[in-house]
Amino acid sequence: MTTMIAVVDFRAGNLTSVKKALEHLSAEAVVTSDPRVVAKADKIILPGVGHFAATAVLAETGLRTAIQERVERGAPFLGVCVGMQWMFESSEEAPGIAGLGLCAGRCERFPERVKSPHVGWNSLACREGSRLLRGIPSGSFVYFTHSYRAPVVAATVARSEYGGEFSAAIEQGNLFGVQFHPEKSGTIGLKLLENFCAL
Amino acid sequence: MLTKRIIACLDVTGGRVVKGVQFEQLRDAGDPAELAVAHSEAGADEIVLLDISATNEKRATLADTVRRTARQLFIPFTVGGGIRSLDEAMAVFDAGADKISINSAALADPSLITSIAERYGSQAVIVAIDAKRANGEAQSENAQFDGGFEAYVSGGRKATGRDAVAWAREAEQRGAGEILLTSMDRDGTGAGFDCELTRAVSEALNIPVIASGGGGDTRTFVDVFQQGSADAALAASIFHFGLRALGDLKRELQEAGIPMRWPC
Repeated sequence: MTTMIAVVDFRAGNLTSVKKALEHLSAEAVVTSDPRVVAKADKIILPGVGHFAATAVLAETGLRTAIQERVERGAPFLGVCVGMQWMFESSEEAPGIAGLGLCAGRCERFPERVKSPHVGWNSLACREGSRLLRGIPSGSFVYFTHSYRAPVVAATVARSEYGGEFSAAIEQGNLFGVQFHPEKSGTIGLKLLENFCAL
Repeated sequence: MLTKRIIACLDVTGGRVVKGVQFEQLRDAGDPAELAVAHSEAGADEIVLLDISATNEKRATLADTVRRTARQLFIPFTVGGGIRSLDEAMAVFDAGADKISINSAALADPSLITSIAERYGSQAVIVAIDAKRANGEAQSENAQFDGGFEAYVSGGRKATGRDAVAWAREAEQRGAGEILLTSMDRDGTGAGFDCELTRAVSEALNIPVIASGGGGDTRTFVDVFQQGSADAALAASIFHFGLRALGDLKRELQEAGIPMRWPC
């Protein structure tokens, strides 16, 4: 039996490339904004580019509850970019909006001495034993594009450096998050998505 | 460490890749989908596809070309050329572009930058600026070019009277995520990027600047990163015709102390 991955569409950016990468890996993915579909999914991916404020839609539409309930019952969850930032408590970008709070801490803007957004290929400093990063060595390059960053926390399995260190990937039980775009990070990114699909 | 990016550009008309030397004398260098994957495998950090079709008939194939090119491409993919509205941008995003590049339409209606950025995020909006040194006659006629560079539109055929640096700054304020800056004086010459132009824009802005026009030997790329403060460099013809393997360029740049994604 194949597993079904729900790619959550909350009208924040472009999901074409995430879906395309999953198709390339022969994974069965459905792009959806329907909480009922999310509630039945085997795995959930929450992509997201753009503004943290856009995540407010998740609470308004019932997607937040559907994701929380499904994740509590053990479904692997992968947040990408703003999707990962949403796993923290909050973001300086939209202070009034609560994240899921799965990780303690607040996402903050890059310091003024570096250009923002942080755009391009940066290297990962990986921690041993990550399931998401299996087969991806420290020093691998991945593609980032973001103006806010999540702090390094206990769940951090990969750090990157740009005007200070930040969380590039987090992992805690069945919860995973990446600040970079695996669907745009060449063979390294595809390997990461393959690892997630194989969980 | 954040690396400097090497971006391969495919100039496309009617679904085929061509490359102009100083915007003219086009030569056919093949299929965009095939070339994009080949460049990606060779080590390109991003692909830019610019539609330079002169006619609407030829431009009608753009969405299909983008779809075919995006299919097997898993690095950032930008599409530009002739995008005039939010609807046209949406069609290109739907076909698989990660970012769009706008030029003439942004100068004609700068609010277009904001409307695309609000829908897709600033990271998805590149404002392309074709700039030319405003020295000699042009400068005496256009005293407002304190930066010394004038922005052009319509594939470099029409002067706008806008100072390139001032326009870049406005584009940033309106929501552009990156600037693609082409030196018309250097485009297609291989004689080196215009480092002075690149530096002027890069230092005036807080968003990444992609230098274009004039890329040749490794030294020209070292110069644009070190002296021009470029965040990325774009080139087309030097890759397509095998004058230089992308991997060799990246290795040599790395050896020269420029941070590169290499090997990749």
